[in-house]
Amino acid sequence: MKTQFLLNMKDISKEYFGNRVLKNVTLQVKPGEIHALVGENGAGKSTLMNILFGMPVIGGTGGFEGEVEINGEPVTIDAPHKAIDFGIGMVHQEFMLIPGFTVTENIKVGRETSRPSLLSQILSKELETLDLEQMAADARKALNEIGLNIEEYVLVAGLPVGYKQFVEIAREIDKTGIKLLVFDEPTAVLTESEAERLLKIMKLIAQKDIAIIFITHRLGEVMRYADSVSVLRDGELIMRTAVKDTSMVKIAELMIGRKAQKYVDSVPGRLESEEIALSLQDFHVDMPGEMVRGIDLDIRQGEIFGIGGLSGQGKLGIANGIMGLYSSQGKVSVFGRELDLGKLGAALANGIAFVSEDRRGVGLLLDQSIEHNLVFSAIHIQEEFLINLKLLKLYHRSKARKHAQKMIKLLDIRCTGPAQKLGSLSGGNQQKVCLARALTLNPKILIVSEPTRGIDIGAKKLVLEYLLNLNSQQGMTIIIISSELVELRSLCHRIAIIADGKVARIMEPDAPDAEFGLAMSGN
Amino acid sequence: MQTRIKKLYAKIGLPHIIIVAFFLFLLTAAAPLGLSVRSLMGDTLRRWAMYGILVLAMVPAIQSGIGPNFGICLGIVGGLLGATVSIELGLANPWIAIIVAMLIGASIASILGILYGSLLNRVKGSEMTVSTYVGFSIIAFMNIMWLSLPFSSGTLIWPLAGMGMRNNISLAGSFGHVFNNWLSYYLLGDKTTGIFIPTGLILVFLAACLAMWLFLRSKTGIAMSAAGENPHFARAAGINVHKMRIIGTAVSTALGAIGIIVYAQSYGFLQLYNAPLMMGFHSVAAILIGGASTKKATISNVIVGAFLFQGILAVALPVVNKVLPESNLPDVIRIIISNGIILFALSKAKGGAANA
Repeated sequence: MKTQFLLNMKDISKEYFGNRVLKNVTLQVKPGEIHALVGENGAGKSTLMNILFGMPVIGGTGGFEGEVEINGEPVTIDAPHKAIDFGIGMVHQEFMLIPGFTVTENIKVGRETSRPSLLSQILSKELETLDLEQMAADARKALNEIGLNIEEYVLVAGLPVGYKQFVEIAREIDKTGIKLLVFDEPTAVLTESEAERLLKIMKLIAQKDIAIIFITHRLGEVMRYADSVSVLRDGELIMRTAVKDTSMVKIAELMIGRKAQKYVDSVPGRLESEEIALSLQDFHVDMPGEMVRGIDLDIRQGEIFGIGGLSGQGKLGIANGIMGLYSSQGKVSVFGRELDLGKLGAALANGIAFVSEDRRGVGLLLDQSIEHNLVFSAIHIQEEFLINLKLLKLYHRSKARKHAQKMIKLLDIRCTGPAQKLGSLSGGNQQKVCLARALTLNPKILIVSEPTRGIDIGAKKLVLEYLLNLNSQQGMTIIIISSELVELRSLCHRIAIIADGKVARIMEPDAPDAEFGLAMSGN
Repeated sequence: MQTRIKKLYAKIGLPHIIIVAFFLFLLTAAAPLGLSVRSLMGDTLRRWAMYGILVLAMVPAIQSGIGPNFGICLGIVGGLLGATVSIELGLANPWIAIIVAMLIGASIASILGILYGSLLNRVKGSEMTVSTYVGFSIIAFMNIMWLSLPFSSGTLIWPLAGMGMRNNISLAGSFGHVFNNWLSYYLLGDKTTGIFIPTGLILVFLAACLAMWLFLRSKTGIAMSAAGENPHFARAAGINVHKMRIIGTAVSTALGAIGIIVYAQSYGFLQLYNAPLMMGFHSVAAILIGGASTKKATISNVIVGAFLFQGILAVALPVVNKVLPESNLPDVIRIIISNGIILFALSKAKGGAANA
């Protein structure tokens, strides 16, 4: 049976360790069509592409349910090279190029044209001579097709970022029989004019009857260049439609979606104080992958302030910059006192505690006991839990143990006792330890970054409710940075959405879904 | 019961079982060969305590994240300088002489350690290689210095040339055996048949261990260990990781200086020139045998490791001597054993790059 679709992924479901990340998703792409795939972080876009390319991570976690058809024929793609055989190519967000090779070599790597030589006839085909002229000609042809005027013999290392992306595209279209190209957020790292050019090239490629899957979160690009769009949310296909039948606001609204479940039962109390707890002025942070490019924010005392946005837009950079973990510029004041940004630990000394998003990397000493992890910061910042012998300040074991036992009870940390090593705790319990360590400092301002990443739903609820309690009962100012908008919307007084390293908008939690969606895509 | 045995086995590990078995095998082989097991035991005990502090010097280095300090020669050289200055001063009281030697040695070593630590901060990820060559270089440099430093005491310089230091300097007139003989006695017999117990030496070693144990539980010690285990974590708690690594290196180097003086007083001679060249390797091998990794070391690793490593050397040499007389095989065996142990332990370790 012949269908109109080049690619038809039917009723795809996928589970990771009991966690359903895709639920009966169908993705259909026609030849010569630019099909946009949009959704928040964690909506299932990457998983879907991993399935399409037969990435080992899929097979290694129990495979998937559903069917993949190419040109109407059911196919099994269980390894990346099979995907290539079927004519599926990918342009990566992080370039997969070899800097020390020329453009030609990069385009042709692994698929070199060669001529028989004396050695190859005696020994093996591996030893054939490269047909450099033919390779250069092919590369030239591919470059011409996308209208790129660079010499095929230059090294990739010196090229500007935008050009590297084009080389990558040239490599994909040089493959014979390419039928489907996936662009994974291709414009994320490009300047505006480069992005423009890339999108035009995409159109050009589509005219050659090659189907394109275009993954992006820039809805403006979708509206202007894509033919059709699929919206994913929480692993479900929400809508598939032609772009001309929909609007940007509609897509944005569907992308976010008011989710039925709420993480916490109570709501934050009313904000009374007008005093500014934390103020950022023209704040820049140089954190690779999470650059902050000039932010002004005023956070009031007793407020639960949410910072949201897609990953890579800079929301994580804000917290790491305040804590002095990455170099930053601008002005940060805590209750009117300006922080010395060049000094490590200045924020801690001024009563700001931080729970890092990178729990295992930054947040914990995995090889040490709960007790040690809990009191560590307090020892160094406030000289608590120490016996002062004048010459030497010794660890006060019994005091630390008592405190650890208190915190274990308070936060319901499931463990065998204060001496258990952190590495053997579950993710949720590790997170509670991180939180407990921050609280041991009795902070005036608590910054929690991705508080519920990688922890189960029960622990999630407990952690969030505890944060809410801290705020309502002790009046602690809390800043929550999270990729999960639902979380922020059920907890915060105000939410700032960060896009492109800047504050896109500051909104009330009950603002319409569409506005959140538009703010996140930088519109 | 079976699971408990398995757990114990997993905790001790096959390598340690082999090493302990080898040590016991050597001891049992000694008696039929006509060697005095008692004197071997005495030797083991003495060597354990005299090398102990040099092994202990590895702890702050490993804990602060620079890994096993192959460059301990830097501290050893500092200690040798302290000792030679003390002899040059001609201090009659051996106690004063050794304390002066230690103070001068540790001060020189601390300064060298701070410089060395700043160097290691620049070569994160390849500390082990760099420290090895720093150790070799300083020995070569000091070979020149020993010849040209203006020492004049008769016990120090070559009597015929009138300048340049000797290879082996007797400590008989200075602080030789001062710790060894303090409160010493013979166990299970008299001078010819008993086991010599160098009480003072053992006490000094254990006191050093106790001091290190306390240091690791102090505010600075805890910060230093955290910087070594997870530098990102330490930074997030406002700790200057580079400073902690320098402290670890300096303490390690200073302990190296004290260690060599304790070693020398027990040996009775000060050995200059190339003698300390491989001492770093022996210290590293000992602590690794004791169960330390390149990322984590405890005081018990030091005590166990120094005992096993020095025990095997102390017993293996006479045994091999008896089995294969009139050969230089014992020395070859010693090199094979010590380097083999290092190779084995390092192949198990994850390498220095992990703490970059």
